[in-house]
Amino acid sequence: MARAAVLGRLSPIAWQLGEVAELVDETARVKTLVLEVPDWPGHRAGQHVDVRLTAEDGYQAQRSYSIASAPEDERLAITVERLDDGEVSPYLAEELVVGDKLELRGPIGGYFVWEAGQGGPLLLVGGGSGIVPLVAMLRNRAASAASVPARLVYSARSPDDVIYRQELDRVAASDEELEVLYALTREQPAGWTGYARRVDEEILREVAYPSCEGIAFVCGPTRFVETVADGLVAVGYAPEQVRTERFGPTGG
Amino acid sequence: MSFVSRGFRGKRRDEGPSGRVPPGQYLVDDFPVLSAGPTPRTPLEEWDFVITGAIAEPKRWSWDEFKALPSETVTKDIHCVTKWSKLDTVWEGVSLDTLLEDVESAAEYVVAFCDGGYTTNLPLEDVTDGKAWIAYGFDGEPLDPEHGGPARLLVPHLYFWKSAKWVRGLRLLDEDEPGFWESLGYHMYGDPWREQRYWGD
Amino acid sequence: MDEQDLKLDGNAAAGLLRELFAFELTTARGRCENCGAVAEVGTVSVYANAPGSVLRCPQCESVLMRIVSNGGRYWLDARGISWLEIRA
Repeated sequence: MARAAVLGRLSPIAWQLGEVAELVDETARVKTLVLEVPDWPGHRAGQHVDVRLTAEDGYQAQRSYSIASAPEDERLAITVERLDDGEVSPYLAEELVVGDKLELRGPIGGYFVWEAGQGGPLLLVGGGSGIVPLVAMLRNRAASAASVPARLVYSARSPDDVIYRQELDRVAASDEELEVLYALTREQPAGWTGYARRVDEEILREVAYPSCEGIAFVCGPTRFVETVADGLVAVGYAPEQVRTERFGPTGG
Repeated sequence: MSFVSRGFRGKRRDEGPSGRVPPGQYLVDDFPVLSAGPTPRTPLEEWDFVITGAIAEPKRWSWDEFKALPSETVTKDIHCVTKWSKLDTVWEGVSLDTLLEDVESAAEYVVAFCDGGYTTNLPLEDVTDGKAWIAYGFDGEPLDPEHGGPARLLVPHLYFWKSAKWVRGLRLLDEDEPGFWESLGYHMYGDPWREQRYWGD
Repeated sequence: MDEQDLKLDGNAAAGLLRELFAFELTTARGRCENCGAVAEVGTVSVYANAPGSVLRCPQCESVLMRIVSNGGRYWLDARGISWLEIRA
């Protein structure tokens, strides 16, 4: 059923109502919304939903958010970063309460998608909120029986900006085939031995799998994605091995 | 549309003082950037502005020649078809009346063409008699590339998609010819006061 | 705001394309009529902060497809694409 969500003839995409079941503070500006969506058709890791808000006078605003939950999960989760000058994200991150309804449609997207059956090794490179679809991929990977080698490089400004920190560290500690590396670009904790700069070609050379085998997924702001994608090709990945998703100002 | 999101108000959408803001528009404090493509980066040494088409003698100005022309500073309200309006925006540029001064032509229409390939069409009478400028300054500063710098067309009485960014010239025509957005659903004329946004409006 | 932020990729057009097409278009391959480059729709440049959405070739930036929608109507121009290969 999840497969039909991407391939094959699709039914017309329709708006449906989800109900907020839980709200999770991930960081000071980032919140996960866990939703009950009665007619959810299933999804693949990497896909997103469109969320639409309607004001009383009919005004509407629509944004896309990557799905954070694994396809195996019963409830749908999206993770939202509150943008200071945003129109939709402050509502989602600050106004919504458990029990509120949210209009959404999806799942959307077929290009930036991974499932365990595709194998690996899997190189995931995320900048800021670009971590969200990548974490869905890792959650799907964890739920599957196959053991696919995977490496995540996650760039964030500071330790406080790292979303899903505890989960990522826990899974990396218990899974020999998963490595999680952080690049903290502005502020690092005392005694930090990880990367302390933006992801550059040198870092990519170090994290690339031998012979640049497998698939790479890169997600984040446009500038980040272009730098990393160009860097991966420079260190030896073929362009077809690198899949990208750029997050932009329509995501406010 | 039956579902309403509890507590959602959206951006502060001020409808502004009556009579100044056309129907369906709201005021903004910032200056939204809309773009159909990458920002062109023509070096000023290579920039020129031309008037061509159904005209006895085409005209051309280099950047230096253009900057030497008499210019004006004008304060205008602008209205984007995506519903935002901005009042009292201050522009500096050359009036199209100045540029068309010695032009002999029976043409009734113009198409503005731009770096990056964008075009937009207008009746000639809508860019004359103090209604249009080629603007190179905004708010006292040189026009930002993301807002159309080095120079853009400014036709404030029509929806702002007609105020073509990165303009490089005008082509005079006998017949109206739809430009980039006019050829894909947007109104040929675009009067915000009659809400002429799309074909058939 | 960084002006480069305005350029997104085919993923950003996926929802709109889903409104128009019965199949997932971001995994379709297409050929740019201008330069001949062949790419997956998911990789094209998308400019969606505009009166419409404009899809451009990732190699030469020429316009592949334009879409305008005003709720009730859609306008689609795909002259910039020589062909699309879709796996159903």
